[in-house]
Amino acid sequence: MKVLSIAVNTFRENLRDKLLYNLLIFALLMIGSSLIFMRLTLGEFHRLILDIGLGSINFFGVLIAIFVGIGLVSKEIEKKTIYTIVSKPVARFQFLLGKYMGLSLTLLINTAIMAAGLLAVLHCQDVPVHAVLFKALGTIVLEFMIITAVALLFSTFSSATLSAIFTLAIYVIGHLTPDLKAFGQKMEGLGRTVLEGMYYILPNLERFNLKGHVTHQLDVPVGDLLMIAAYGMAYTAFLLMLASVIFQRRDFR
Amino acid sequence: MASADEPVVNIQQLQKVFRVGFWGRRVTAVDGLSLDVQRGEVFGFLGPNGAGKTTTIKMLMGLIYPSGGTATLLGRPVADPSAKAKVGFLPESPYFYDYLTSQEFLRFYGHLFGLLGSALDKRIDELLDLVGMTHARDLQLRKFSKGMLQRVGIAQALINNPDLVILDEPMSGLDPIGRKEVRDLILRLKETGKTVMFSSHILHDAELLCDRVAMIMKGRLVACGQVSELINHGTTQEVEMVVDRLSPKGIEEVRPLATKMVLHGERVMAVLASQRQVDEALDVLRAHKAKLVSLIPHKASLEDLFIREAKGVQQATEVHA
Repeated sequence: MKVLSIAVNTFRENLRDKLLYNLLIFALLMIGSSLIFMRLTLGEFHRLILDIGLGSINFFGVLIAIFVGIGLVSKEIEKKTIYTIVSKPVARFQFLLGKYMGLSLTLLINTAIMAAGLLAVLHCQDVPVHAVLFKALGTIVLEFMIITAVALLFSTFSSATLSAIFTLAIYVIGHLTPDLKAFGQKMEGLGRTVLEGMYYILPNLERFNLKGHVTHQLDVPVGDLLMIAAYGMAYTAFLLMLASVIFQRRDFR
Repeated sequence: MASADEPVVNIQQLQKVFRVGFWGRRVTAVDGLSLDVQRGEVFGFLGPNGAGKTTTIKMLMGLIYPSGGTATLLGRPVADPSAKAKVGFLPESPYFYDYLTSQEFLRFYGHLFGLLGSALDKRIDELLDLVGMTHARDLQLRKFSKGMLQRVGIAQALINNPDLVILDEPMSGLDPIGRKEVRDLILRLKETGKTVMFSSHILHDAELLCDRVAMIMKGRLVACGQVSELINHGTTQEVEMVVDRLSPKGIEEVRPLATKMVLHGERVMAVLASQRQVDEALDVLRAHKAKLVSLIPHKASLEDLFIREAKGVQQATEVHA
């Protein structure tokens, strides 16, 4: 009940934030712009719409996850609104979980709106929609969950600006982890250990990228999908637990 | 739950050391503080800015962790979130979710205490009425004045019908009308059997409201007790006497009795330090057929005590240095 109240309040806060609407409008404009770009290409315009559409949903969703996520806790501490929450019979992990769930709900609804925009464009151009598109949208949401948890983790101990930089760095590196591993395998000794360690510790965000499958209409087996979901949820749970441990020890001066 | 004679707030040897700056220099904000707040009393927690009042209150509310010592609220350790189930808290210069209306704001805090449905609706109506904010129930908090925010802040502190209400500087930044309203509200809470602990550096308010006060300076307790006890302890009750038409001989007879004497035309003002000196001075007046204009005792105030203690702490610091 307490977690739910905090989640609903966070969701309400997000809804009253102009940043969210600006990003959402930009995302919809980008998805719509594929209609213009397709006139500049010869054939394969189905792929272009899907590529731009999924890319926009991913990019703007990540922007929302980072820029709203970093403020989830640090803004509460800076504005001292946290004083009236922690002084109630609310455990600190309940506060964190509520904030996380609130932003996750916002992202879920945003993704649904952006996906509706993409489906409308596809429908207008008579592009057939395959099940793999929805699977790709599902994994995009899982990626948002991880990025939000990363932003939340950093915002429990650093300022909003630093949290944004760290989260953005994790997002970029997270998409390059297969390269890290490949690079590490070409090295010896400590360099190899460090790069392989990074490969296993950092989130492998490329696992959630099914855009190639969608544009080439390749289906993803349910087993693979379940593995991706389990990985995403386990990684998110780990990040949230780590955030809780750090947050539990903090003094709110 | 605390029994009737158990202190509502119990603080034992509480200590908080902060590490500040790049090198982590140790700064002691609260230093071995011990005090009790009894059920049903209005307790003033006084001290100058930076004395450690807010740090102590934050430790009570679980916002910061003590470096040493223990504290309980209603018989439960402060680290236990359930200790706050029957406690209301208003932080200093409160900041709230300004995108909420006062009604949404109180509903949110009600939910955090597990309050729901019509019981919560009723409680919100009662509280908005109590703090005089019914007219602003659908107004977002971002449009509120400081006084309005303070009132709605007090309402959130009371949403769970608490047994203990802790207010951190509730009068600070308010105009005289706002301060009076908060004072009246505190007295109303006392009438309904609640225990109120509030911090303040405005001594006049504390003097008017408190059954007992504790005074801290530089993180240490320097005085604790009933206001009347504290302000009379170690002070002499001076009396100011104003007289007309006292002859020069009479003036010379009064002069050795007075600690201070001012002549202005045929009017004489004398400050007398004890009842014996007052009696002797009155005998002189009668003998010289002078006219007594006024005889006013100088009432010692918490401010006198405050300044006296501050000087004591300053001197002790200098000697120590």
